[in-house]
Amino acid sequence: MANTLRLEIVTPLEKAYSDDVAMVVIPGVEGEMGIYPMHLPVMTEIKPGVLKIVKDGLESDFAVGEGFVEITQTGVTVLTDMAIVESAIDERAVERAIERAQAALHHSEMLNAEEIATTEAALEKSLVQLHLKRRKK
Amino acid sequence: MAANTRDIRRRIKSIKNTAQITKAMQMVASAKMRKAQGAALAGRPYAELINRVLVSVQEHADVTLHPLLEVRQANRELVVVISTDKGLCGALNTNLLREANAFDAENTEYVAAGRKGQQHLARMKRNLIADFKLPDAPALRDTKAISKFCIDKFLSGDVDKVTVLYTKFLNTLVQKPTVRTLLPISPFDLPTAGKKDAPAAAQAQSDYLYEPSPAEVLGGILPHYIHFQIYQMILDARASEHSARMVAMKSATDNAQQLIKDLTLEYNKVRQASITTELLEIATAQMAIG
Repeated sequence: MANTLRLEIVTPLEKAYSDDVAMVVIPGVEGEMGIYPMHLPVMTEIKPGVLKIVKDGLESDFAVGEGFVEITQTGVTVLTDMAIVESAIDERAVERAIERAQAALHHSEMLNAEEIATTEAALEKSLVQLHLKRRKK
Repeated sequence: MAANTRDIRRRIKSIKNTAQITKAMQMVASAKMRKAQGAALAGRPYAELINRVLVSVQEHADVTLHPLLEVRQANRELVVVISTDKGLCGALNTNLLREANAFDAENTEYVAAGRKGQQHLARMKRNLIADFKLPDAPALRDTKAISKFCIDKFLSGDVDKVTVLYTKFLNTLVQKPTVRTLLPISPFDLPTAGKKDAPAAAQAQSDYLYEPSPAEVLGGILPHYIHFQIYQMILDARASEHSARMVAMKSATDNAQQLIKDLTLEYNKVRQASITTELLEIATAQMAIG
C-alpha cells in the first residue's frame, strides 16, 4: 500500500501546494490532527493556524486560514482562504496589517457587522502568520 | 457619390475621432481583460476541488442532514442574472438576456447583478425583486450579499429553486451564456471532477466521519460553497465582459480605419477632378483670348 499521502492545498487565488507527503498535521477546530496514509475518511473544518507537512523527513510549515479539509485514505485536500509558506511570510507587512486591523476595530462603531467580521478574520490570520514566524527564531 | 471636398474632410475627421475613442476603449478593455481573466482562471482549481469535495459529500451524506440539500417541487424559481453594467461589448448581453426571457414569467422572481440586466428585466415587466451593484473588481465579500440573499430566499421557502444565469468565460473570443442551478445543491449539477480522483472515490466506500458533527461541517461548507460559486461565476462574467468588449472595440477600430482609407481615396479623387476641371477652364480661357 502506498505510504505517502497526496496533499493539495488550494486557496481561491492559487494552488498553494500539491505533492506526495509522508504526514500532515492540520489545525482542526477541535484541536490538531495528525494524518498518516490510510486514515479514515474524514470531513472537517480548520481554524486559522499552522499546518505542518512532513516530506522526506523534512518538516515545512504553512500558515493557513479558515477552511475545510477532506481526508481520504490516499489523500488530503485542504480548501482554505489563506495558505502561506513560512519562508514567504513578511514579518513587517504582517505587523502593519495587524496594526491596521486593530485600529479599524478600535473604531468599530463606523463599520457594519459584515466588515467587523471580515476585519476580525483578517486580524486572526495575521496573528497566526506572526506566531509561526516568531516561533522559528 | 459626388460630395464636395469639404464634406468628405468633415466625415474623415469625425470618423478619426470615433476611431480614437474605440481604440482607447480597446486598450482599457484589454488591460482589464488580462486582470479579469487571471482572476477567473486562478479560482478554477479551488472551484474544482470544492466541487470534488461536494460530490463525495453528496455520495455519502444524507440529504436530510442540511436544508440546503433539500429537493422540493420546483414551483417558484429565483433567477440571478449576472450581466454587465456598461454596453459596447458586442452581443454579450443580448445573448444572455435572451436566455433570461426563456423562464416562465409567472413563477419566476429575478435578481439582477449588473445594470444592463436590471434595465432589461424592468422593461420586460418581469418580477425583479432585487438588484445589486458590484465594483469593477469584486471581492468575495462584495458578492456575499448576493449569495446570502439567495440562501435566505431558499431557506425561507419563498423559492424552491435558485438558478444563475451568467456568461461563462471560455477564451478571449468565445463566451457562452450559461444557466446553472445553484440551489438545492444536487450532484447532477456538480461538474464531475477529473479522472484521477475516481479510484479515491471508489475506495472511500465507507461513510465520512464528520468532525465535529455532520450538521456543523455541512453548515459551514455548504453556504461557503454557494458563496464561492457566485463569486466564481461573477469573476467569469467579468472576464467575459472585458474580453467581449475588447473584441468589439477592436473590430470597431478596424472598421473605422477601413472607412477612413476609403474616404481618403474618395477625397483625393474629388480633389484631383476639381484641379483638372480648373486647369481645363484656364486653358480654354487662354485659347479664347489668344
